Amino acid sequence: MNHHGIPDIDPDQHELVIHGMVDRPLKFSVAQLENYQTETRAHFLECSGNSGRLWAPEPTPATLDITHGLLSGSEWTGVPVATLLDEAGVQKGASWIIAEGGDSGSMSRSVPLDAVMRDSMIALYQNGERLRPGQGYPIRLLNPGQEGNTNVKWVRSIRVTDRPAMTRFETSTYTDLMPDGKALQFSLDMEVKSVITRPSNANALPQPGIYEVTGIAWSGEGKIVRVEVSADGGKTWAEAALQEPVQSKMLTRFRIPWEWSGGPAVLQSRAIDETGRVQPTREALIAARGAKGRYHFNGIHSWGISEDGSVAHVYA
Amino acid sequence: MYMRNCLLFVALAIASGTVHAQGFGTPATAEDIEQVFLTVMPDGENLPEGAGNAEEGKVAYEVHCVACHGAEGEGTLANKLVGGRGTLDSDAPVKTLGSYWPAATTVFNYVRRSMPYTAPMSLTNDEYYAITAYLLNKNDIIAADAVIDRESLPKVVMPNADGFINAYPDIPGEYDYVE
Repeated sequence: MNHHGIPDIDPDQHELVIHGMVDRPLKFSVAQLENYQTETRAHFLECSGNSGRLWAPEPTPATLDITHGLLSGSEWTGVPVATLLDEAGVQKGASWIIAEGGDSGSMSRSVPLDAVMRDSMIALYQNGERLRPGQGYPIRLLNPGQEGNTNVKWVRSIRVTDRPAMTRFETSTYTDLMPDGKALQFSLDMEVKSVITRPSNANALPQPGIYEVTGIAWSGEGKIVRVEVSADGGKTWAEAALQEPVQSKMLTRFRIPWEWSGGPAVLQSRAIDETGRVQPTREALIAARGAKGRYHFNGIHSWGISEDGSVAHVYA
Repeated sequence: MYMRNCLLFVALAIASGTVHAQGFGTPATAEDIEQVFLTVMPDGENLPEGAGNAEEGKVAYEVHCVACHGAEGEGTLANKLVGGRGTLDSDAPVKTLGSYWPAATTVFNYVRRSMPYTAPMSLTNDEYYAITAYLLNKNDIIAADAVIDRESLPKVVMPNADGFINAYPDIPGEYDYVE
């Protein structure tokens, strides 16, 4: 996904410039970046608009690729941004970076410096191969757990500052309008979330019997520690098994056997992360934030099972 | 760095290379920075020279913008640019640069770096200032004869300047995390 197309960048000419509130403004060619000790970590990437249509007043007939498809999990290899910022010498009082990309619209986002110093990287590889052009070749910023748009592709500039830039995409677009007309800004962390991927509305249940209920859970704030599954619309819950490896800020698969008797049922999953945050019900989410925010929907998702075995998205 | 230093040290022994203990970046000049950093700050930092008013902006708008944004900025192929004031707390909020955007500098910054859609950065800075003035005037934020430049633009107070709550790292106050 991108906002301004995929640029044709010559990797031999592309440079990353680090400047602003630093002792030594520095530039790095891709070849120079390749000289650093790299880190390899698995992380999800999720657009904050993922599942946005679940804010709508009616359930959707769309399948999961539409409702939850702005999500991926990959193994990323790159240079910690902290290594490069330390080399440049971040000055006292700095609290943000402004990352800018080499696409035609020069995508630009402000990112809090503490998050960047914690675990952001200049990614060179995805799943063991060089980044593909659509993923930011030759280099992109990766901010694990943060909404997708801050992970600036084709990154060419990092300016260290003491305030955000209020760019178009952090004001006009990826902000969450509340019922009172105020908007949350820099709601960057993708909060704890899960969804059942089987059964789903892509397939009906052929007959009563035992089925494995499985899905994925993730949190932008750490590891998933528990996923619970309900077959009665949230009245009772059972703990699902988590598939190893369970990694921080990465998709985690869960599974649990379920015996379908043939009657109506509502399947839900509820994830809990290592910070103790619990995936909220859709009702609680809307009660607190309204339904016109468009972004950051992480409410519990429901599959309604009918007596004929058909599966449909429902609000329950 | 340890392994890398070892490898380079071997290279030093063989070929009289250089040991890098501090990293591999090279000094960036003001020109290097200028080439890659376009972002304008809300206080006007990094705004270029140039100036324009709404009348000049209307001419440029009708050449470069109208096809996607409509004759009155009503939005056709691309976003609506005008109107929406007073709708943000309604059930049908209309978010435009006039009703929603908190900083006037964002208008210039985004239009200059990203527009026209097929040829970003292709207009003069005077034209970008003029288009900014036109859009601000169409939203009843500045007067028709106001000159917009690096001095005046940051002083423009947007209608929704106080409409945003910084939610990093925690969603504050009444929007506390939903259990």
